[in-house]
Amino acid sequence: MNIHDKTIAELAQGLKNKEFSSVELTQHYLDRINASDLNAFITITDEIAIKQAQVADQHIASSQSTTLTGIPYAHKDIFCTHGVKTSAASKMLDNFIAPYDATVSHKLNQSGLVMLGKANMDEFAMGSSNESSFYGAVKNPWDTNKVPGGSSGGSAVAVAGGLSAFATGTDTGGSIRQPASLCGITGIKPTYGRVSRYGMIAYASSLDQAGPLTKTAEDSAIVLNAIAGFDEKDSTSVDTEVPDYTQNLNDSIQGLTIGLPKEFFAEGLDDGVAKAIMAAVKEFEALGAVVKEISLPNSKYAIPTYYIVAPCECSSNLSRMDGVRFGHRCTDPTDLEDLYLRSRTEGFGEEVKRRIMIGTYALSAGYYDAYYLKAQKTRHLISNDFKEAFKKVDVIMGPVSPTTAFDLGSFKDPVSMYLADIYTLSTNLAGLPAMSIPAGLSQKMPVGLQMIGNYWSESKLLNIAHQFQQQTDWHAQTP
Amino acid sequence: MISDTELKQITNLAKLIIDENTKHETIKDLNAILELATQLGQIDTNNITPMAHPLHMTQRLRADKVTEQDQSKSFQSIAPKIGKQHYLVPTVIE
Repeated sequence: MNIHDKTIAELAQGLKNKEFSSVELTQHYLDRINASDLNAFITITDEIAIKQAQVADQHIASSQSTTLTGIPYAHKDIFCTHGVKTSAASKMLDNFIAPYDATVSHKLNQSGLVMLGKANMDEFAMGSSNESSFYGAVKNPWDTNKVPGGSSGGSAVAVAGGLSAFATGTDTGGSIRQPASLCGITGIKPTYGRVSRYGMIAYASSLDQAGPLTKTAEDSAIVLNAIAGFDEKDSTSVDTEVPDYTQNLNDSIQGLTIGLPKEFFAEGLDDGVAKAIMAAVKEFEALGAVVKEISLPNSKYAIPTYYIVAPCECSSNLSRMDGVRFGHRCTDPTDLEDLYLRSRTEGFGEEVKRRIMIGTYALSAGYYDAYYLKAQKTRHLISNDFKEAFKKVDVIMGPVSPTTAFDLGSFKDPVSMYLADIYTLSTNLAGLPAMSIPAGLSQKMPVGLQMIGNYWSESKLLNIAHQFQQQTDWHAQTP
Repeated sequence: MISDTELKQITNLAKLIIDENTKHETIKDLNAILELATQLGQIDTNNITPMAHPLHMTQRLRADKVTEQDQSKSFQSIAPKIGKQHYLVPTVIE
């Protein structure tokens, strides 16, 4: 087995047994990144990585290490990293060297990890294909003519392409699960409030949540252990106990009740994807799970609800990017209006401008009730559907995306791409945890199975995913 | 739906310039998104409260104590221009 195909758990064992050092492991990944043409990274932090690896090797030698000590990872370029460019893949922040660490960055540093670089992404996390990055599109390692998904596309490709042991991501409408699905890896979006948003550049504050992209559910549990928890610096962080997510991985799932929402298997779902999902569900039945059909009647409104709520929040969050407080500044402004107008117009890409304009319109006088308030009420109905569903089932399963990875440049208009987010948006609107795990291939491209759990049920989701991965080898397949 | 006049109002509020050559394309794209949103009109939301927070939580209050250290030197080190410990911005009022 190639060293870059090993899981975190396997690499940690190798480091502990002195099969290789963290410096050797880090250099191996850096060599692969430098030889790669997938465009997965915006910034490669090779000097930092080697220094962190040297420190990790000292800790391992003196038996002061944890499972994550010395493990190299890719950090989505949305997390502030002290002294390192943090661009959110936007020209607007092309020259922004963060003066502080995001809480997630801080916690990863405390764990003794090795940051290989900042991963490419859709600009300000707005996109489902990683084509809106100022630094160019990221390519899917399974077929370089296809997208990796987004917005955490660089993160997913770093893991799937063997460029890092794991990666961080953020999920506002599916941005961890969809790229994980399209690249054949495991990703978890925790419950809203589980992981601190401090220092994570905000897109839609009531929806954004950070999580890991990994090779296996066990690896996701290990990373989530490091990043989850209450943070006083994030006013939306929730102060509830954080369990050891690795503790229950081996529990039996005998008697587990799986709900299949009929709306997730309706028109628009690719036959190959549907076949892979149903085959995965059969595996769960073989493990003792019971399958029930359920309904999420308002899930069909998730797209219009999300594409009002998220742009409204983004138009507010990105107002700080004005060339004065933050962001690109135009040259020789003639007056204040000119400074704002040209700085913002030059700094933002097309998709970001579009969402700012929709949000501005929906929040403006005369339209607020019809759009924003209506969407927030519909959001409540979508959330209530899940509450009803979880009275009957333990977990909800379905596809992550209606198709496998699509061709680069294939969506010409924004709305047709938005429609592909149909299965992921409702969980963000409700704030629920959800995962994508590799469940098969369709026409040689990966298919992800989505698992949605009740609030704070990350441990259960990881247990279910781990049990599936003990019986199947889809997670071990590489491009 | 968005017209030329409304686009002008939006870009004024959002502080963005839309090129004359791409104006019609922009209006078309924005209206396609709003067309999606018209589906929300089919739902009866009478007596439904708007959901601003997924967990229906309110903002936490903290004790009125200084918790942050002065990091002005670090923050000013990345500013385009500083002088006498102030951030200098372009002159926009003569």
